[in-house]
Amino acid sequence: MSRPLLAVSDLTVEYWARRGKVRAVEDISFSIGKSETLGVVGESGCGKSTLGLSLMRLVPYPGRIVKGEIQLKGRDVLGFSANEMRNLRGKDISYVFQDPMTSLNPVKKVGAHFVELIRAHEPRVSEKDAVVRTRKLLKDVGIQSERIGDYPHQLSGGMRQRVMIALAIALNPSLVIADEPTTALDVIVQAKILDLLNALRDAYGMALVLITHDLSIVLERSNKIIVMYAGHMVEYARSEDIYRNPQHPYTQGLLKAIPNVELDEQTLNAIAGSPPDLLNLPKGCRFWPRCYCAKEKCREEEPPLANTEPDHYVRCGKYKEVE
Amino acid sequence: MDKPKIRKGMLSSIIPGLSSLSQRGLAGWLVVLGLIIVASIVTMTAISPWVAPYNPSTINVGPPLMSPNSQFLFGTNDLGQDVFSRVLSGGGIMLEVSILSVIICLLIGVPLGLFSSYAGGLVDRFFCLIMDSIYAFPGLVLAIAIAAMLGRGVTNMALSIAVVYVPSYFRVIRSQVLSIKEMPYVEAANAAGAKGRTVLSRYIFPNVVPSIVVVATVNFADAILTAAGLTFIGLGVSADIPDWGWDLTNGRRLLSSGTWWVITYPGLMIILLALGFTLMGEGLSEMANPRLRE
Repeated sequence: MSRPLLAVSDLTVEYWARRGKVRAVEDISFSIGKSETLGVVGESGCGKSTLGLSLMRLVPYPGRIVKGEIQLKGRDVLGFSANEMRNLRGKDISYVFQDPMTSLNPVKKVGAHFVELIRAHEPRVSEKDAVVRTRKLLKDVGIQSERIGDYPHQLSGGMRQRVMIALAIALNPSLVIADEPTTALDVIVQAKILDLLNALRDAYGMALVLITHDLSIVLERSNKIIVMYAGHMVEYARSEDIYRNPQHPYTQGLLKAIPNVELDEQTLNAIAGSPPDLLNLPKGCRFWPRCYCAKEKCREEEPPLANTEPDHYVRCGKYKEVE
Repeated sequence: MDKPKIRKGMLSSIIPGLSSLSQRGLAGWLVVLGLIIVASIVTMTAISPWVAPYNPSTINVGPPLMSPNSQFLFGTNDLGQDVFSRVLSGGGIMLEVSILSVIICLLIGVPLGLFSSYAGGLVDRFFCLIMDSIYAFPGLVLAIAIAAMLGRGVTNMALSIAVVYVPSYFRVIRSQVLSIKEMPYVEAANAAGAKGRTVLSRYIFPNVVPSIVVVATVNFADAILTAAGLTFIGLGVSADIPDWGWDLTNGRRLLSSGTWWVITYPGLMIILLALGFTLMGEGLSEMANPRLRE
């Protein structure tokens, strides 16, 4: 296989809080190829957004990347200078934020966001050409190009998220990170936005990292899925394998929790309990207090990440490494 | 939403946007009222050389200390100057001083507040300490002390007033920037590879402009009162230039002998001008606060 677009290995991000260090992301390794979608799933506070931000080296203070390697097209992103990093952001990797209502500058017209972005990264483009490109981008995301002169507050939430997506693809980046792009939107708009993202992924040939707390929306839309729990990658596999053969009890719980309209069940199958405090992690496996099959061993030692099948990694004591 | 009603008054045709101001209810009307007061005083001062019945600086245009009558509408002072003419033209110095001091405040307070707040950390601590120590002084006392050091003159008055009011700009802008720099659109700008300078000038600054406008209007009113205070204790301009502040000093001396008209009219003008700016400031801040954006 050729070199992947993005290869991340042993990435660890710590927040240096007053009460101690918090490892929000710990020893995460994965890779994404061109035109692939990677889903990152997990509960609130499990490190999904930190993972996304760390790929652009935008982890907010007091967080820092303490270990690991990020290779984008073979270049070591962590070795970049501040200037190289600025050029990379927006141009090679771009980010779609969770909240479209406040992600646009309220005092600037929609078009001005695009013109500024395009001309900041490509100074030789004239304003007129930038406007022409903006109109095309807006059309690509399904917004009438007449809305170019509107202020953000004149657009609906879904339209604003479309604008954010158009901004993200404006410079034809090789990787787009979408951090819960549909959380603030209703279900119908959510489906449209996700389909739009996938359509654009194919049209523009870019890779997509889709961060979400909803396993159901990434199952059918991603090639690979990372399931995160308390900063750990507990399972990493192709999405078919996650669906057909979930190996980690947490993943199994997430799959069971997806409501099925064809069954006559009245109750939802939730995973009991809540994720641990990252400052006060349980000894042993991080999931055992909520695990249905926790053994004595699970309380004692932290299981390693085991490669159980080709392209299938699980961090659970039940599984042994397969050579 | 209903279509905005367009008022076909003369004022709304002169001042664009007036019709939208009046739709903001009481706050809008306060702004309009303040605007009218300020505009008429500015106009009055500007055209005074042509409309004043006497030269405001010439002494003995009439007998000294005449009470208001048909020839001297507001009476005359002890030098035989016409109080009416002095009231008409006496606002010039005060307006100059307040405008100049507001400009100085804007030039110093705004960039400093933006920079300090955006940089954060020790830089921010340092500037906050300086600003807070200035803020700790009673405003007028500090202005008097500085004006006494600098000496008389319009620029010096403006400078001493500016020193007193820079901290209020700094504080308001600093607190605004603190909240704005955490907004997702600022984070999004960073994620798009924007430089710190771009973020500050294109994303943060335009969003604090409404607050700056409000602080500046309130500052205008304060500056006028402080300027009057400075002139009152003799730290203003020389006596041959007509000035309400100087007339107050002069009139206070004469008040005990029953000549109320020398001090009353310039005093009313100062109050009126300060009121005009305060109304504008109050109205604007009321309009800006709920962020009526949708």
